[in-house]
Amino acid sequence: MSLASPLLRAGEACRRPLKGAFNRIGSGDMSVSNTRRVILGAALAGAAFLGTLLPAAAQETIKVGILHSLSGTMAISETTLKDVMLMLIDEQNKKGGVLGKKLEAVVVDPASNWPLFAEKARELIAKDKVSAVFGCWTSVSRKSVLPVFKELNSILFYPVQYEGEESERNVFYTGAAPNQQAIPAVDYLAKEEKVQRWVLAGTDYVYPRTTNKILEAYLKSKGVKAEDIMINYTPFGHSDWQTIVSDIKKFGSAGKKTAVVSTINGDANVPFYKELGNQGIKATDIPVVAFSVGEEELAGIDTKPLLGHLAAWNYFQSVKTPENEAFIKQWKAYKKNDKAVTNDPMEAHVIGFAMWVKAVEKAKSFDPDKVIDALPGIEAPNLTGGISKMLPNHHITKPVLIGEIKADGQFDVVSKTGLVAGDAWSKELDGSKDLIGDWVEKKCGNFNVKTGKCGGA
Amino acid sequence: MITRFLIQGMDKRGLVFLAVLVALAVLVPLANLLLPPGSILHVPTSAMSLWGKYLCYALLAISLDLVWGYCGILSLGHGAFFALGGYAMGMYLMRQIGSRGTYGNPILPDFMVFLNWSELPWYWYGFSSFPFAVLMVLAVPGLLAFVFGWFAFRSRVTGVYLSIITQALTYALLLAFFRNDMGFGGNNGLTDFKEIVGFNVQAQSTRAALFSMTCVMLIAGFLIARGIVSSKLGKVVIAIRDAESRTRFLGYRVDRFKLFVFTVSACMAGVAGALYVPQVGIINPSEFAPANSIETVIWVAVGGRGTLVGAALGAVVVNYAKTVFTSGFMAPYWLFALGALFVFVTIFMPKGILGTAQDWWARRKAPPEASPAAEPAPAE
Amino acid sequence: MRFVSCLLRMIALATLLALQPGAASAQGSPQAAEEAFTRLGADSFSDTNRAIEILIANAHPQAAVIIEALADGRLLAGGGAVVVKTKDGKLLDAKTGAALASEPPGLSAVRLNNGVRRTIQAALGGLGLLNPDAGKRIAAAEAVFKSRDASLLPVLEGAIAKESDARAKAALRQAQAAILIAKPDAPPFDRIAAVDVLRERGDQDALATLRSLPGDSSAGLREAQGRAVSAIESKLALWRAGQNLWYGLSLGSVLLLAAIGLAITFGVMGVINMAHGEMVMLGAYTTFIVQELIRTRFPGLFDYSLLIAVPLAFLVAGLVGIAIERGVIRFLYGRPLETLLATWGISLILQQAVRTAFGPTNREVGAPNFMSGAFEIGQLAITWNRLWIIVFAGLVFAALLAILKLTPIGLQMRAVTQNRRMASAMGIRTGRVDALTFGLGSGVAGLAGVALSQIDNVSPNLGQSYIIDSFMVVVFGGVGNLWGTLVGAMTLGIANKLLEPYAGAVLGKIALLVFIILFIQKRPRGLFAQKGRAVEA
Repeated sequence: MSLASPLLRAGEACRRPLKGAFNRIGSGDMSVSNTRRVILGAALAGAAFLGTLLPAAAQETIKVGILHSLSGTMAISETTLKDVMLMLIDEQNKKGGVLGKKLEAVVVDPASNWPLFAEKARELIAKDKVSAVFGCWTSVSRKSVLPVFKELNSILFYPVQYEGEESERNVFYTGAAPNQQAIPAVDYLAKEEKVQRWVLAGTDYVYPRTTNKILEAYLKSKGVKAEDIMINYTPFGHSDWQTIVSDIKKFGSAGKKTAVVSTINGDANVPFYKELGNQGIKATDIPVVAFSVGEEELAGIDTKPLLGHLAAWNYFQSVKTPENEAFIKQWKAYKKNDKAVTNDPMEAHVIGFAMWVKAVEKAKSFDPDKVIDALPGIEAPNLTGGISKMLPNHHITKPVLIGEIKADGQFDVVSKTGLVAGDAWSKELDGSKDLIGDWVEKKCGNFNVKTGKCGGA
Repeated sequence: MITRFLIQGMDKRGLVFLAVLVALAVLVPLANLLLPPGSILHVPTSAMSLWGKYLCYALLAISLDLVWGYCGILSLGHGAFFALGGYAMGMYLMRQIGSRGTYGNPILPDFMVFLNWSELPWYWYGFSSFPFAVLMVLAVPGLLAFVFGWFAFRSRVTGVYLSIITQALTYALLLAFFRNDMGFGGNNGLTDFKEIVGFNVQAQSTRAALFSMTCVMLIAGFLIARGIVSSKLGKVVIAIRDAESRTRFLGYRVDRFKLFVFTVSACMAGVAGALYVPQVGIINPSEFAPANSIETVIWVAVGGRGTLVGAALGAVVVNYAKTVFTSGFMAPYWLFALGALFVFVTIFMPKGILGTAQDWWARRKAPPEASPAAEPAPAE
Repeated sequence: MRFVSCLLRMIALATLLALQPGAASAQGSPQAAEEAFTRLGADSFSDTNRAIEILIANAHPQAAVIIEALADGRLLAGGGAVVVKTKDGKLLDAKTGAALASEPPGLSAVRLNNGVRRTIQAALGGLGLLNPDAGKRIAAAEAVFKSRDASLLPVLEGAIAKESDARAKAALRQAQAAILIAKPDAPPFDRIAAVDVLRERGDQDALATLRSLPGDSSAGLREAQGRAVSAIESKLALWRAGQNLWYGLSLGSVLLLAAIGLAITFGVMGVINMAHGEMVMLGAYTTFIVQELIRTRFPGLFDYSLLIAVPLAFLVAGLVGIAIERGVIRFLYGRPLETLLATWGISLILQQAVRTAFGPTNREVGAPNFMSGAFEIGQLAITWNRLWIIVFAGLVFAALLAILKLTPIGLQMRAVTQNRRMASAMGIRTGRVDALTFGLGSGVAGLAGVALSQIDNVSPNLGQSYIIDSFMVVVFGGVGNLWGTLVGAMTLGIANKLLEPYAGAVLGKIALLVFIILFIQKRPRGLFAQKGRAVEA
């Protein structure tokens, strides 16, 4: 409260009388006008008001917030993440909870509405007093809750691959940064498929824009000419792909091996792949590698025409490791559905939750400051047979897997790297090549190694 | 004279509404800032900013009630004016960040830096100045409404046709603002604000001041709307609502009256948007979504169309319900409750909460055979 | 693989070998064959590739069987053994072709990636060139056209000499030309002739092949290539205009389907039906349920699943529509703007109901065989599903028009909407007609859902993405006029697709919305305005 507003100073002088006045609002006795309607109106307002601010009951359990859309356009992706969190919390409680206390999940529905995300985040932290929040999917939802987490100093675990260019003290990014997904995928295509011509197709929002920017710079640095790169953006939920698919076909007929790098988001993918299949673009001619298409998205498509198209993730359901098989079994049992699929963001929550539990145990406290300080360096097994580690820039190490779509809607892993450390700031972009995030030594999310100063520039 | 314009025809209901708002404007910030968090009367910051948001919606609802309830123009695009006002304020707030952005660029906002913009687009000029931004908050929605209305009302586009093209308008703006090439931050919109006129937007005291400001603007909006509808001009406007052709035949230039009311209403919506943005901390193209505008119509209908106070009440009630329903065990089912509420209100409370309460009140007071209607029911 | 019977492939292989003396000398080399099997078991794509090449080069007697099994994922390897699993589940030793009594331990399918698939395609292409079925020869020639495997040139020449089918001969020649273009040591005259063959072919693939001409070719060849490329390009540009028109028609038919139900509920009845999109969604989910039942109970009927879904979707959406009309909307006649609010509420409820019942994720609706793939007219690629959707939209439109114009119920519907009290006085039960009209509009929306399930997500949000477009179409065409809806849908569809290549998808759409706004100023009642005094109420 260093920037005290005039209001504050004025208020100090008349503290007592006003306290009394406010007291009266609640009881509905106000001297402005004495009609019954005033009483009714004020009482209604007062009651409603109190409803929003009643503090939660005394805490015997430790609360964990789950901030995923259960309705609206993003429910399609986020609902399973809510379920996976409930399952993990349930399982932790069966093991005796954390630090001897049971965990309690607090589920809210931000309804795919970005301002509502901020409101719900505030509610979780301020009213429900959660110890950590697991949530968000789109970048804009993360951006929307970010100021709230900073202001109220809490912890957010963000499980989705994103565009990078961020490292915040209160956020832990368990999804992939661009260097953990996009660049290895392009390397694979260039090496294994001898691709020389690239279509970068994406939905017009910040993740595809940034990823494509990074890829463009990267490809050019590898000697790909500008005329061999085609960039195309479409709006959210684009459903008529006829023109664009035929453009891709045309671009691919220049006599050089062509591939499509797709950052097309969620809903638009089904019609896109249906159109690819119908126009007869086979993976052997023009392979498509996607960064936002996982098992969940494929569940809505007949995958036979898509055989061989690729996706790059840090996890596939088809990976054969004991950890993964146990997880899939547990998930299917939890969902009571033998066809339930698992995907990459779910694994990110598994890792993130395990890391949070370990950090709490290390810090011997649920206090956000202590947990934030304890998290970097914490290791937790991922489901593909490695041990992921939380880095000082609040990103984690992950392997990069490239999978080809199989006829049953699963992926056949055709390439796997070792653990790759997530870069908060892309080396390929001019604005960020000198920046690093380091919350351990520098206590700074955007430290400029050239000028040695925190805060960009 | 201005005072007379503002208070003429003020009924008891309006006075109560004003009294509640004045009380909120003064008491809530004080209860937030002065009382210790443990006190039973302490208002947490989260509740205050939540209610600040509701009150912004209330102002938007009043602006819509002015055109729909009193002039018969069902705008399904009022969210567009709200969002434009919000963007104008957002642009000011972005420019205030200055070199404290992630990349430390003193001129360009972060999203422009990482999308390699080399210079500030011309339409961002001037937004570093607060007075200019305030002017734009009024001018941009106002001008759009003026141009749009000028064409539409002159061509006598009415009824559902008008509703659908207002929807087309907000939908077109939605698509345009989603484009990153437009220079408004695309889907992520404008966020990460730091300061407003020198005060930290996240500070408790700033929030309290913003809350008070919202109450004050809501009072002002209500007074202006009340003033318009109870003036002579307002009588003509209501006549247009009830019988447009007849009013025209009487010699009134119907299009000019409509245009005036529509433009004033758009400016009010813009102000609501401008107050909304610093309180929620983000403005993004989804505010243009046609569904948002439809929801605004629903607030007005729930509260009571053509009552102004009812519109504000509806906005608060529906949004409060939304807040309650989206948490806890109701979270997966809240859309059922919300949907059922809309159906219930339209069938059983066609005059909205306020209208129904009024009828009930009138019936209780007056003998049963007396006509309960205080105002003529708005014709479609 | 679908190509051929084993025996015939043997013949092909023999021919191949006869024509390839270099390869023949290595015939039967046991070390080479052994190496191939080791590589197949190595679980590395480059080893698998190499193994295929060795098998072909050595004319291993099992080569065709092995490669075919590999393509189908029926080739198993592990613990030093390589095993072919036949289509009916028997296990054969890949080396000898002998049946195995028991399954060796540690077997897993040899994995494929696109590179291996291409090698297989090329190998099977070489093997299929002499297939007795002309269609398969053409397919094989196409495979060679893409793989441009120079070692197949002699086989191709032999095949061309023997070929009697004109289409197959052309395909073989094109394959030969594709190889020659990329083969610097081929006679220059042949290569120029090859350019002409490709120019004749004149499609995208020919263009791609021509463009891949090595840079060090002779001036004459380059000149011929340049001419051919520009000739093909100008021809393709024309075709592309036609293609855009087709895309426009197809988008227009989708819009028509989505909007035509609204033209009844909104246009004829005056109900601003915001739940219209959800009726479309219900239709799509009905299709999903029908397919799911067919998949589990009667797999043989899969190709008819959509036909079965059509009446059911109409019924489901229609009944829900009637329920909505009887339960809610009938209390709101004369208050059209309030129907907007109530139906908006209903749409929220329906969406969430579907989300609760079926989960929030997309559901898979498969395409029956007659709707998969594409065919070409000249350079116009026409996908079957789009064609059927256009046909379907036309049928629905015609049927609806017929119902309204030719049947007694249609007459009653028109009577009630034009003058309710008079119709009532004439003995028409207006309530029943209202319910049926709304049911009809909703049912038609359900039909749209069946079609949309083929090209879009089947998710709870399906309806939302079409509702605004539907309103635009109806308003643009003129409320209350089915022909207006038809013309409106087609105009908007085609304009959208003609704009898209120049302005991009988003700007094109914005331009159209602005156009509609301006158009309504010019004609405030839409394209086909209803005339009469009733309108000016």
